[in-house]
Amino acid sequence: MTITTTEMGVVLLIAIMTVVTLVTRFGGVFAMSFVRISPRIESFINTMASSVLIAIIVPMAFSGDAGAIAALSVTAVTMLLLQKPLPAIAAGIASAALVRYLF
Amino acid sequence: MPNHSYPYQLQSSKVRAEFVRLFPISLFVVAFGTAFGLAAVQSGLAPLEAILMSTTVFAGASQFAALELWGAEVPVLPLIAVVFAINSRHLLMGASLYPMLKDLPPGKRYGLLLLLTDANWAVSAQEYQNGRRNLEVILGGGLVLWLAWIFGTWLGVYFGGLLQNPKNLGLDMVLGCFLLSMALGGKKSPRVLVSWGVAAVASLAAWKWLPPNTHVVTGALAGGLIGYFWLEKKPTAQASQEADQS
Repeated sequence: MTITTTEMGVVLLIAIMTVVTLVTRFGGVFAMSFVRISPRIESFINTMASSVLIAIIVPMAFSGDAGAIAALSVTAVTMLLLQKPLPAIAAGIASAALVRYLF
Repeated sequence: MPNHSYPYQLQSSKVRAEFVRLFPISLFVVAFGTAFGLAAVQSGLAPLEAILMSTTVFAGASQFAALELWGAEVPVLPLIAVVFAINSRHLLMGASLYPMLKDLPPGKRYGLLLLLTDANWAVSAQEYQNGRRNLEVILGGGLVLWLAWIFGTWLGVYFGGLLQNPKNLGLDMVLGCFLLSMALGGKKSPRVLVSWGVAAVASLAAWKWLPPNTHVVTGALAGGLIGYFWLEKKPTAQASQEADQS
């Protein structure tokens, strides 16, 4: 099934994307409203939450160029040293730019 | 649900403070939005269509992926599949906020979720790990990120040529660096570190061998399983009792 990208078609496609994305935004919370929050579930949720971040970042580092790797490692080191996000992010971005300028 | 009391009160002053707090990161979102707007018109979307998409979808990675499918005709099922796969992380992100969201009435609860995205969620989830309840950042932070995304798209469709190559400035790494700093700013117990290791390995394996865009959910669920089976010893009798049983 395809939709032709006439004006109406595009609006329909955007509507489909919007609904699918809304399902993902609402779905997890809706599903959780049927789950009793035991300490075990709470513990699952908490480790899952930080694992989301790791699961986004690690493949990003492995598929990225030298600039991406530099950005993430410098951010990690700065964050662990200073415990302040903004300097860590700024240092990370600057090192990506620097590495890409140099190589 | 027999319990109809909703103790969480959103404080409007805190919502405003979170709007301001995420303003710096939203400047980078403007840059992403500009890149999207430019790519969208290059893929054949009209300017207003690109802006409409950013306004109602508000999920950058999936919008870029949709452009890959764009042409005279767009296949519907692949579009649904790719948008769902990339955005399926929202399912887990929303679920992780449920302990707080359940204390809001359903209207506000789902209203907030309209603005759920990586950056504001990361702040809220990190603060929750550290014992603070912050849903205001989902609203205030989400609002500034949403406006930045729309504004950026608008810039991109009309003046996209101004931002020739955002990669040279490292701008493509902003979100990655931000999310990493949020992860490292959270609690780092042995249990968390083990779950990160498992999440890293599982996400890489999924990225290599499973269908595209399934790595985030796979890695996150794998990390979550560690939490499910390895309970932190808490002072509450119930928690320690359950930990003893396992």
